[in-house]
Parts: sequence; C-alpha cells; structure tokens
Amino acid sequence: MSTVATELKLFKASDYKAEIHNDWCPGCGDFGILNAVQMALAKLQIPPHRTAAVSGIGCAGKAPHYMHTYSFHTLHGRVMPSVTALKLANHDLTVIGVGGDGDAYGIGAGHFVNGGRRNLDITYIVFNNDIYALTKGQASPTIAKGQKTKSMPEETIMDAINPILLALACGYTFVARGYALDIKSLSELIAQGIQHRGSSLIDVYQTCPTYNDLHTKSWYGEAVDGQPRLYHLEDTDYDPVVHNPNDPAEIAQKKAQALLKSQATEGRLALGVYYKLEVPTYEDYLKAKIPGLREKPLAELDLYHRDITPNLRELM
Amino acid sequence: MSSSFSWMIGGPQGSGLNVSAEILARSLSRAGYYIFGQIEYHSNIKGKHSAYRLRVSDVPVHSHVEAVHLLSALDEETLVGDLYHEFPAHRGHVHEIAPGGAILYDAEQRKFAEWIERDDILLWEMPYAELLERALAEAGKPGQARAYRIMTNTLALGASVAVLGFDFEPVAQAIRESFGMKAGKVAQLNVNAAKYAYEYASERFAKDMKYKLPVAPARREQILVKGTQAVGLAKIQAGCGLQTYYPISPATDESVYLENYQGDYNLLVLQTEDEVAAIDAAVMGAHGGVRSSTSTSGPGFSLMPEGLGFAAITEAPGPVVLLYQRGGPSTGLPTRQEQGDLLFALNAGQGDIPRMVLAPGDIQESFYDTFDAFNYADRYQVPVIVLVDKHLASCYQTLPVFDTSKLKIDRGLIYQPAQGSPNGDYLRHAFTENGISPRAIPGTPNGIFWTTTDEHDPRGHITEGIGNRIQMMQKRMNKLQLAAREIPDEKKFCLFGPKSAQKKTPVLIVAWGSTKGAVLDALDRADPQRQNYSFLQLRMMRPFPTEQVTQLLQGAAKVISFDGNYSGQIATLIRAETGFNIHHQVVKFDGRPFSEDEIIVAIEKAVADGAERLIVSEGQVVPPEYGLEQFNKMLELRKKRPKMLAPMVPLPPGYNK
Repeated sequence: MSTVATELKLFKASDYKAEIHNDWCPGCGDFGILNAVQMALAKLQIPPHRTAAVSGIGCAGKAPHYMHTYSFHTLHGRVMPSVTALKLANHDLTVIGVGGDGDAYGIGAGHFVNGGRRNLDITYIVFNNDIYALTKGQASPTIAKGQKTKSMPEETIMDAINPILLALACGYTFVARGYALDIKSLSELIAQGIQHRGSSLIDVYQTCPTYNDLHTKSWYGEAVDGQPRLYHLEDTDYDPVVHNPNDPAEIAQKKAQALLKSQATEGRLALGVYYKLEVPTYEDYLKAKIPGLREKPLAELDLYHRDITPNLRELM
Repeated sequence: MSSSFSWMIGGPQGSGLNVSAEILARSLSRAGYYIFGQIEYHSNIKGKHSAYRLRVSDVPVHSHVEAVHLLSALDEETLVGDLYHEFPAHRGHVHEIAPGGAILYDAEQRKFAEWIERDDILLWEMPYAELLERALAEAGKPGQARAYRIMTNTLALGASVAVLGFDFEPVAQAIRESFGMKAGKVAQLNVNAAKYAYEYASERFAKDMKYKLPVAPARREQILVKGTQAVGLAKIQAGCGLQTYYPISPATDESVYLENYQGDYNLLVLQTEDEVAAIDAAVMGAHGGVRSSTSTSGPGFSLMPEGLGFAAITEAPGPVVLLYQRGGPSTGLPTRQEQGDLLFALNAGQGDIPRMVLAPGDIQESFYDTFDAFNYADRYQVPVIVLVDKHLASCYQTLPVFDTSKLKIDRGLIYQPAQGSPNGDYLRHAFTENGISPRAIPGTPNGIFWTTTDEHDPRGHITEGIGNRIQMMQKRMNKLQLAAREIPDEKKFCLFGPKSAQKKTPVLIVAWGSTKGAVLDALDRADPQRQNYSFLQLRMMRPFPTEQVTQLLQGAAKVISFDGNYSGQIATLIRAETGFNIHHQVVKFDGRPFSEDEIIVAIEKAVADGAERLIVSEGQVVPPEYGLEQFNKMLELRKKRPKMLAPMVPLPPGYNK
C-alpha cells in the first residue's frame, strides 16, 4: 500500500481492539493471531461495524471478545454454520470465523467439510496448537501419531488430520497456512484471505506455552538439515494460483502440488498460500436465484409486505 | 342431517395413488364439498403399501373415519394384506368396509378377490388392462398395456368417479392440470383411459351402490391444503427470510414447498449438512436480522437442543422451530403418527431454557400459530417451537381461504443508536424492567455488540459473577411471564362447550394437537348439543395457561385426556403445571392418528368402566394383549392361504433405461 493511502487511513489496528482484559496465558500464540487479524482489518480499512467475528469454544473461541467488531462467541464446533448464516443474512458484512483445531477439525468436522463446499465469501482462521488447551491439554485432531505433549498421559495412536489436504478436498478456494509468532506475514495472509472472493481457510500454527512442549517457539525456530524449519512459499517458485479456473487439469495440478507441499516430507514447514482459485461464490449463485439479493442483503430487504394470494389460488 | 362419504384407494408406493386421490379431492372441493384426506404410507420409495382416505361431506369435517364406503384396490395387498412377509404387517382393508360398501379391484387380482370372506359387500372387477389397451390403441400405441400399467391409477380414478355418481368432466380437467404445462398427448391419453373406466363402471356398477355422495353444498371459495403447505404459507406471510433444513420425514415437504418460491418471495432456503447446522444457522440468521426458521422431526430435533440453548442464552430473536412429530423412539416409525415429543420439546437442552412451545390443533391453526411464532420470537427474543405431527403435515383439508388482513408483523425492540451516540453506549444484554433488551442488527453503525453462549454481563462478555448470574437468569426466564401476560387466552387454549358459558357438562375432554379434529367430529356425532361433553383443547404448552386450565379441570366431575403417545404426556404436563390428576387417560401409540370412532368408544368406555388408562387402536378400545392377538391372527392367516408373492409396483415406460 502506498504511503499516501496509509496516511489517509481512518481505522488503526487499535480501533479493532475491545477494551477488555484478555485472559489468555502470558506468551500464548493466540495474541499473535489476534494482532494479525486486527492489523489485516486496518490494512483493508473495513469499518468495525461492517465486520463480524464469529467463534466456537475454547481459548481461540474467546478471540471475538477482544475484537471491536460485531462479535459472536457461539458453540463448540459450530463456527461454519454460524458464519454461513450471518453471511447469508447480510452479504455486505466481512465475516471472519475463528476457532481452534479441535473445534474445526474434530467436533466441527462435518461443518468444516460441508461449509467449504459452499464457497461463501468468508474467512476461517484456525488456531492450530495440536491440543485441547482450555480443558488442559488433551490430544487434538492435528497431533501426529506417536506424539505426546507433557499434558497427555500417553502418546496418541491415531493419525493426524492434514488441514490443508482436508480443505482442498472440501472446496475451500483459498487455502493457506500461517504462524502465530510471525505476525507481519500472518496479517498479510489474513488480508489476502479476506480479500479473496470465496471461502478461505487459514490454518495457523499456534504455540501453547502451557501445555504443548513439543511445538514451541524454539522448535518452530529450529533448523532442519541446516535450513530454517519454517519458510515462506512466496520466497520460492511455488505458484498457488489457478490461472484458468475453467481448466480442470490446472485445478487438479494445483491441488496436487498443494497436497505434496502440505505433507512436509522433508520436515520443513511451508507458510503462505497453498492454493487459490477464483470461481463464482455461493452468494453469486444465490443472486441468480433470488432477485432481491442483487439489490440488498437479505436483512435489509422488506420481506414484511408479501402477498400470498398467488399461492392460495394454486390451492383452489 | 349431514352425511359423508368415505373413499379409499390402496396400492403400492410409486403407483400414483396419491395423485389420483388428490385429483379427486381437488375436483370435489371445487364442486363445494368439504374434504378431509388422510394418507398412510411406508418409509419406502417404491413398492410398499400405501392407502389414502378421503372423507367427503356436506358439512366441514376435521378427521377421518374408520369405515370405508368404496375401496379402490390397485393391488392384491390392498385386498388381503402383506402375507408374503414372515411377519405380515397388515391384513388389507376389506375389514374396514362398511356393510353394503364396495370394492373396485383390478381383474389381475381376481385370484385374491376370491380369498375375501365377506358376503355383505360388493366386489366389482375392473378390466383395467383391456380398457387401457383401448385408449392406447387410439393413441397409436397398440399392444403396450403392459408397459403403461403405471396408468392404472388414472383408470381407478375414473371408475371411482362413476361409482360416486360424480361428473367426469371436472375430474378430466383436474387430470389435465396435474400434467401442468406439458399437458398434451400424455394428459389426453390419461383422460381417455379414465373415461373408459368411468363408462365401464357407470354402466355396470354405479346403480347398485348403496352409499351416495351427499348433495353438494353451495359452492364457495375454499382452498384444499395440507399441513406442510399451511405452515410454509405462514412462513412466507410472516416474512421469514431464512429457512434451514436437513431432509427428514415428515418435515421435508414444507422446506421443499418453500424452496419452490425462493425467487418469488426473496426467501432463502438452506439445506445443511445436519440438523445441528440447521438450527445453529437459523439462530445466527435471526441474530443477523432475518426472520429465521428450521423444520425437522424427532430424530433431527434430537440434534437440536444445543441450538435452543444457544438461541436462549444469546437472546436471539428466534429461531422458529417446526417440530413434526413421528413415531419414536430413535428412527421409530418414520412416516407414522405420534405425539410423543411434547415433553421433549418442553425440556430439551441443558439448564433452564426460556422457550415457547405452541401446539396448533389443525391445519388452520398451523397457519396462524406459525405466523404468530415469528412475532413472539422477535418480541421476546426466545426460540419458539411449533409442535405439529405427521398427521397434520400430510392430511388435506378444505378450508376457507386464509385471512391475512388482520395479521400484523411485530419485529420487537430494535436498537437504533441516537444521533451522535458514541461507541460503547450500547449494551446488547442490558438489564431492563421487562427483561427485553433492544437488539442491534449487525452492520448498524455504533451498534457493535458482543454475545456469547457463556454466561455474560450486559455487554455480552463472559462473567461468572454471582449477582450478574442471578440477574441474567431472571431476566431471561421472566420473558416467559411477560409473554404469558401479553398473549390472549384464545391463543393458548380453546373450550368447546355448551353454548351458555354458565352451563357445565359432567365430562371434560382434554386433547391437543392434531387429535382436535377427531374430538370435534366425535362430539358433533355423539353430543351435538354439548349436553354431556365439553372439550378443552390445549394450544400453548409454554407458557402454560395454568390458572385458567386449573379452574376448568377443577370444575369438571370427570376429565378424560387423549394423547397420541404411550405414556400420556399431556396428563403428565397438566399434573406438573396444575397439580391436577386426570381421571381417565386414553392413549394411542400404534403409529396412526385418532379417528372419531375411537374418541367415541373411548369416552363411552371411560364413563362406563371408570378405567384410568385406556388404549385405543383400529377403532376400538383394546386390551394390551391386542397387539399379540393381531400379530398371531396374521400368522395364522398366512399359513391358511396359498403362498403369496409381493405385488409388483408398475413402473413408468422407459424406467431405468
């Protein structure tokens, strides 16, 4: 963004912060994600009252309380149904879903899968720390088989979900991964996700200093074979964008490349955009079916002066 | 003296018998008759047995009767039952025919007609295949009667019309309409085939028919409507903008009905991945400023309690939840009647949830109560459950055209920030005198709020403080008392008693939901002057009209309740709300709705015997052993008869190509 535009900014990151005490543990990775979201909104200059933050339950679920936006702290696992309906009620709102990995890929898995199929223009940020922290550190769907944090009595004997792979399979059209402690890059990524027309999944590696002693700040900072464990896809020749959305072969190829990258077989973890496809959104299809939506969001339409006479005639 | 005609058509699912029944009902309705139509069907697509009853009358009718005057049988199962099963489920419908009544059956079922052991009814054989062949030959398709056997339902319709002594032309018109815009050669072929059957039956059988259609009452503007349509229409009228659903019998028809009109009314229908998503999306739609609703049945509602709590604690203006009860527990009887979810609807969910529960008693009340439900949801910011059932959902009734002129939409208190009011002034969950906090609609400048499913302070942030908790619980729960004060009695219950309010009958009958129709028809027959029986219909289950109902119950010498479930849930609710013990509980849990005959025999038995609990089924008061007797009787019958194969469902030409 140019210097001139920056100077004209109406909203600062602090305008998206609620005046409330934050009760996350000191040093929690969640702070990084929260800051990144607020920075992204300021970058995009979306007025706080045109923004809604919608969460599930858990530590991440508390994030909307710390946002100065319309804020809904809903039910465990129900981020997608909640986000979906709020966006359908008012498609002019910028709707951001937030929740933990257990919330998204465990109890909310069915919603995560089917939510992605719609390709609504929403952004879903998953705070992925491998554990259920608020209940004191049980294994979550993203912890790898054979691993055991200090909070777990035994190592897990189940395979982990690969969120990137899952999102690709479900139909999310913007699939990305961030790191909670790399706030600047993360806020860029979130801004891109919000700007993307369609369903965006941003899975964020999040440290939990209290319960997860495996994937700590220093672990993420370690080198693997002399190279940093974390690296940015944009620093490589990786191109996540489907340039011709009408070409099924290109879509398949771009998904395959994201799949391979997400397996992290060499032990290094890629941050950034894995996959991006611009196709009509669910709202676009609805607008074709429901004429009123071409003019206004559903919540602003006058639905209160309908005349059911034609339907009654059909019953005569 | 009023009179009515009772017609039934039976056959395999997929044979189009419901189409024939609805065409006949539509034609008779247009001629001025009052109709009540009731369908029994299996959870199956093609092949299993289905039966559709029409009661045609010269006065308004509200229920079906057991006795059938004319039965049209499309297959042998309608005549003799499903004796091809190891444990047959039914014995056909011959036993339901009134003495002197008649059966029209297909010549192909001659062998099975010979099994019929009644000599007090008329058996009329129809050569449907031959008649069809004639119509096909005329249409240039000779020799294809086998391939077009699916049209038998239309021929059966023609034959019935003849025996009823009704005009053919209005029926022909309705047949054409049923083919819609594509009416052409196929429609004409159907009309011709029906006409041949009509002529055949006219010449041979019509004059011998003992039961006649009543004289048609004066024609007037009326609709022929089924429950799911009435509910759908109410949602449209109420300004519902978001309907969510997951497919489930018998609720789906309502959502599909609405789906057809999405573009006409700017009504968004969202099919979700499950009922959890359906209700949670409806809660958020309501928060988003759109009147939102979801429709389901018991198994789906079992997934929804979390959504009721979500709506209640976040004080969402809704949603409106239509709960179409069916036989439980679990998957139970997916397409059969039961009123078994009353206590579940009242109690589902952890903690004390302020909710409203309405229980309309008929199709007309389903329309008006569903409309009101949206007003209550907005005004009191609570979830509102409208309890209906399979019977209400699928039965058809002639009704006066719904009067929408007096229906007013009340969106409740909506927060409008004053000019220049600073951010932070607004408290979404502010404590107020009556418990209602004005709600802001997301997107409103200076209306930003927080809300959470955790207990929260007036701003909507989490708190576990004692004083706040006590206040918040009372604030939310008190909204029900406000609703109880504001809503007039006539929307909560109805007393059908002697004309003079001073008079009291010795017996008070209590019933709810779709049983209303059968009770009204029973009283019209057994006690038209209302000298012996009054009827208290309960229509609002929460808030419950405790004071008024207590008074009515205490004023009666004998109280008999009718409940379409095993345990007598309405009696349990009444005891909990009023402390009153119902004297005689009549229950029915065989998966079928109450008929007027059952109401009458049960009242007589209760008054005569004084039994505390009576079970009814198939038109009688039955002992608990009744089920076993029926079960064994069918096994014996199966042994006695030659081996039977399952009837074949006729398939459309070109099916599965």
